[in-house]
Amino acid sequence: MNKISIQNLNLFYGSFQALKSLSMDFQENEITALIGPSGCGKSTLLKSLNRMNDLVSSCKITGQVLLDNEDIYGTMNVNLLRKRVGMVFQKPNPFPMSIYDNIAFGPRTYGIRAKMRLDDIVEKALTSAAIWDETRDRLKKSALSLSGGQQQRLCLARALAVAPEVLLMDEPTSALDPISTLKIEELLNALKRDYTIIIVTHNMQQAARISDKTAFFLIDEMIEYGSADQIFSLPKDKRTEDYITGRFG
Amino acid sequence: MKIVFFIAAWVAILCVALICVFLLANGLPAIGEIGPLNFLLGTKWKPGNDLYGIAPMIVGSVYVTAGAVLIGAPIGIITAVYMAQFAGVRLQKLLRSAVALMAGIPSVIYGFFGLVVLVPVLRNLFGTGKSVLTASILLGMMILPTIISLAESAIRAVPKSYYEGALALGASAERSAFFAVLPAAKSGILAAVVLGIGRAVGETMAVVMVAGNQEIIPNGLFSGVRTMTANIVLEMGYAAGLHKDALIATAAVLFVFILIINFLLSLLKGQEAQ
Repeated sequence: MNKISIQNLNLFYGSFQALKSLSMDFQENEITALIGPSGCGKSTLLKSLNRMNDLVSSCKITGQVLLDNEDIYGTMNVNLLRKRVGMVFQKPNPFPMSIYDNIAFGPRTYGIRAKMRLDDIVEKALTSAAIWDETRDRLKKSALSLSGGQQQRLCLARALAVAPEVLLMDEPTSALDPISTLKIEELLNALKRDYTIIIVTHNMQQAARISDKTAFFLIDEMIEYGSADQIFSLPKDKRTEDYITGRFG
Repeated sequence: MKIVFFIAAWVAILCVALICVFLLANGLPAIGEIGPLNFLLGTKWKPGNDLYGIAPMIVGSVYVTAGAVLIGAPIGIITAVYMAQFAGVRLQKLLRSAVALMAGIPSVIYGFFGLVVLVPVLRNLFGTGKSVLTASILLGMMILPTIISLAESAIRAVPKSYYEGALALGASAERSAFFAVLPAAKSGILAAVVLGIGRAVGETMAVVMVAGNQEIIPNGLFSGVRTMTANIVLEMGYAAGLHKDALIATAAVLFVFILIINFLLSLLKGQEAQ
């Protein structure tokens, strides 16, 4: 089932066009990987799915992005959209507060104050992000005391704590060591049962390992979009093949 | 050339040292003669009767400064958040030059403004014009530029990723700014407030003009009040003998207050550096 459907999306930064008449769908409970060289608009596309692009004042968008058939650029409340479409950033960005308060930040935003309820949410979120065992004894400690890999899982837990439907991940492992990367990948595989996951990655092996579908972008358009198996074994487009075999990019 | 740098640098240090020596050399004997307890805790300041208790002035300074911070800090911090996070470029420029101008206005002009605008308004509203409240409001205005400019740069130094991270969780722009960005700038903002406290404690001219200056422990917001600085400036002109030394001792107490504030400030700066 289509969770997100993009229809004829054009995105401009001032006079520069970053995405050209893009149409694509993202399936529920699947991991979709967006690959392509730097500056091809993958991150831009990701940010347009939870409207983080709104922060860029020169950014203009035409076309539609439908979340469960509702246009997110229409009358939908932006904060509510971002609650439903969570995001994990490239660089781990835990708030400089305790581990507990980091996770509770989102729920508190939605008015959840009861300690028992929050405790429960915090434990569940940290468990889903496979970091509960490492943090259960130090929930009151600063989140900045965690290692980079732990911080990124904390950020994932923080995103999960608001019970999103979609998870956007912008190169979530590019700043991490191989072992932390593997942990995140395993997590994503487990999480896709409950979430729709869209991940931008520069790591071809990662895309091949974890994604169900893969989309290849070049300059400002999508060149090819299909199942990961097909893209990585039998790419239809010559440019896709050149890119995944490492001939450029 | 080296010697010029050397002398220039030592002039500053020498000034501080000389002030210290002057205050202690003249103040301490006076405190000894009056008796430290009589001086610091005594509630009667009657130079004519040789009574030199500065408790009313210490309490007055504390009240007025606290009032100034209660008024100035929230307004200053909210303004700083607005400037750093939300205001458009043109408004930012306007605000910044307004704040710079505010910082440059001589305190006697603030005092005059207080005297001809605040005092009559407050007299009409509450019965007394020259009071703790009037002085607090005026001082609150005067410490705004200090708090705004320092708090703003503290907020600007917070990585954008905190703001974006909070927004991405579905928090409103305001919640993101106040609950994700502001806590990250905590020590810088505290430093801004402490520096504001320093300004408020030391302010003299403006306070003298609107505080009433009765040498009593104020019994409320609308009571007249005399601060330590006001005490010194009001009587220095005609004081002699022990009276004069008691005023210098008052200055020494004020100096200790400033030292404490500076100590707090360096603690906060150390925290920030970590």
